[in-house]
Amino acid sequence: MVIVVGWLVRPTLNVKPWVEQRPVKDIDGDGALRLPTIKVGLGVFLTVATSLFALLISAYHMRMMAADWVTLALPRVLWLNTAVLILAGVAMQWTRSAAQWGQIDNVRLGLIAAGILTFSFLAGQLWAWQQLNASGYFVRNDPATAFFYLLTALHGLHLLGGMWVWGRTTAKVLRGVEVAKVRLSVELCAVYWHYLLLVWLVLFAVLLHTHT
Amino acid sequence: MTTVTHDESPYAPPAEVGEVELYHPKTFIGKYIWSQDAKVIAVQYAITAIGVGLVALVLSGIMRLQLGFPHEFSFINPSNYLQFVTMHGMIMVIYLLTALFLGGFGNYLIPLMVGARDMVFPYVNMVSYWVYLFAVLLLMARFFVPSGPTGAGWTLYPPQAILPGTPGANWGIVLMLISLAFFIIGFTMGGLNYVVTVLQARTRGMTMMRLPLTVWGIFMATILALLAFPALFVSAIMMTLDQTLGTSFFMPALVSRGEHLGYNGGSPILFQHLFWFFGHPEVYIVALPAFGIVSDLISVNARKNIFGYRMMVWAILAIGGLSFMVWAHHMYVSGMNPYFGFFFATTTLIIAVPTALKVYNWVLTLWKGDIHLTVPMLFAIGFVFTFINGGLTGLFLGNVPVDIPLSGTMFVVAHFHMVMAVSPILVVFGAIYHWYPKVTGRMLNDTLGKFHFWVTFIGTYAIYYPMHYLGFLGVPRRYYAMGNSVVIPDSAQSLNAGITIAALIVGAVQAVFLYNLIWSYFRGKPAGGNPWRATTLEWQTPETPPKHGNFGPELPVVYRWAYDYSVPGAAEDFIPQNQPPAKTPGGPEKTLEKTLDAAELGPQKLDASGMPKPVGG
Repeated sequence: MVIVVGWLVRPTLNVKPWVEQRPVKDIDGDGALRLPTIKVGLGVFLTVATSLFALLISAYHMRMMAADWVTLALPRVLWLNTAVLILAGVAMQWTRSAAQWGQIDNVRLGLIAAGILTFSFLAGQLWAWQQLNASGYFVRNDPATAFFYLLTALHGLHLLGGMWVWGRTTAKVLRGVEVAKVRLSVELCAVYWHYLLLVWLVLFAVLLHTHT
Repeated sequence: MTTVTHDESPYAPPAEVGEVELYHPKTFIGKYIWSQDAKVIAVQYAITAIGVGLVALVLSGIMRLQLGFPHEFSFINPSNYLQFVTMHGMIMVIYLLTALFLGGFGNYLIPLMVGARDMVFPYVNMVSYWVYLFAVLLLMARFFVPSGPTGAGWTLYPPQAILPGTPGANWGIVLMLISLAFFIIGFTMGGLNYVVTVLQARTRGMTMMRLPLTVWGIFMATILALLAFPALFVSAIMMTLDQTLGTSFFMPALVSRGEHLGYNGGSPILFQHLFWFFGHPEVYIVALPAFGIVSDLISVNARKNIFGYRMMVWAILAIGGLSFMVWAHHMYVSGMNPYFGFFFATTTLIIAVPTALKVYNWVLTLWKGDIHLTVPMLFAIGFVFTFINGGLTGLFLGNVPVDIPLSGTMFVVAHFHMVMAVSPILVVFGAIYHWYPKVTGRMLNDTLGKFHFWVTFIGTYAIYYPMHYLGFLGVPRRYYAMGNSVVIPDSAQSLNAGITIAALIVGAVQAVFLYNLIWSYFRGKPAGGNPWRATTLEWQTPETPPKHGNFGPELPVVYRWAYDYSVPGAAEDFIPQNQPPAKTPGGPEKTLEKTLDAAELGPQKLDASGMPKPVGG
């Protein structure tokens, strides 16, 4: 991996600034990456979030290896929730394409659909908590339960943060701004939703893998 | 042997008015309190960090009083001694050094040095500071809650951190953890700005490899922090839940004071792994900005280009990468698998290679330089000395068999204070003396500065050199009092008293520095735009201090790297980064009289290392 990264950044880092000669036309472009700044910002933030979830998952694995690990009966509603979140991701992707094509009606529809699906997912997660609680797991107080609550809560909070941006974008669309003004926001939402869907799939796989 | 013409890019037309729309505030509050100007935010960060650092300095003085003269002071008892130790460590490492280097110097220098008008997300940047301030207030609030701040040591190891019997096991620890969580949230907001600004907002001609090393250091440190702080965030949340809701992430089933606590099956070692996965990169989060700043201070004051610029950048990247692979060397005494310890000892020794490379490059930059012993330069050279000393004891402690007997002793205290307390703080001082003229428009007083340097530099050696020896004698760290021991001679106590006197003197002399900061703000010698005759962009602003937006109507265009000092044939011994080359194909005319005359210079021979040969050398 180091070699791959090294090869990728070689043109940037392997220059001799004290003898450098470059034509005028290049000077124009080397101020920045050719991406919207906010997109780079989101990328950096997703890296931070990845670090957070990766650390949690490795902490979970380390704890699991101990002899006294007790497994958890996962509530079945999680399967339904997963399907709902996948649909939300699909809706976001559809909205993104609609924004590319400039179809504001479809953007409105897509955003609302994605929002409803995401809220359903979050409600479903709360229901799963309720079920676990009802079957006495919260009281049992073992690490598996605690990790389950922690992982789902952090994932849900990230999704709620995304819902804030979703809310602002949807409000703009409902107020009737033109599609070009929201295209970037919709695209960022879509990227973020796909990312959180991926995180959820990984978390769910880890949880499934470790139950029973 | 290659023959190349020297350096700079051909003429490029100046940049148009920047497209960035800045929010220009009208009121005093908008300008200085809820400010979105990175320079104001930087000063806010710096003042808060230095203020909270003074609290930590006083705490260290109290600790030293107890160690030097045990039982003399009735207001220090074992439990508030531990609380002072904890607060001192936590404040200095996180709330002072991290916040000052990244929030303070990062905010001030990144936009100016890369030629940007401001950070890319100014609003988020403002919120970052206020979240940081909130975290500091939470931290300070711990002094006023029942049973006071936590006394768990700055590493906050469970289970003892949240067991009854440890000072501040209720309110103290919870507020500490919540304060850390807020600090991390605030830092992440700032960190996104620092990284994305360096990636996206560089002015025309400012390639990554033309960035001053200061920016490289802060940039890489921010990346480390963004990746490492989540580990602390996770462990803070998990420990808060253990304390408040009674979950068992870190708390094993245990009996405390004859009573079965409700915990079951947690792992204290897991906390140590998470903590040090943050904690070791944290060392480099503090060190890398210091490395970068020192490189620039040395180059400016030796009037020479930095030796091996590319190596310096690569070393920063290598140190950044390696710093994530050494964390368990803090845990040799946790009973880990010997092979595991061997692995971490190896990576620890490997990280010494890029670090040593940087030290050699600093020394080689000084070699045959036209050295100006200004106050910033004194601090920079002081840093190189201190960093070598602290680094060498690091090589001792990186080896498992040496670390195990020494790890509970004062040797470790001496080591990490040399390497990550004194060294970075010397750079902080040097950097303040260096950039204060840009921030305020006035020079700091030179005589007071030199006095401040010599007392601080010699004083810290008087404190920490003998402390290594105490460690060899076996004097334990973290202890409130040594008590009677057959192995530790009585003379150790006299040495401790001497250390305390030196520490109090060094502490008191910082008042001179503060006085200098305030006095010079009103009475200091006017600095002008570029008092150090430096090349980097922050010294080329039209106004000093720079206005909101930093540069005039046009952003500067960068034609060369940041280290054109004493270029043979040039009219002056420095060429600013934004100075266009004199005669270029297609260029309209000769712009400034100071310009390097390319015809006079002619084709220049470079030696094997790529350095231009000095004239006549």
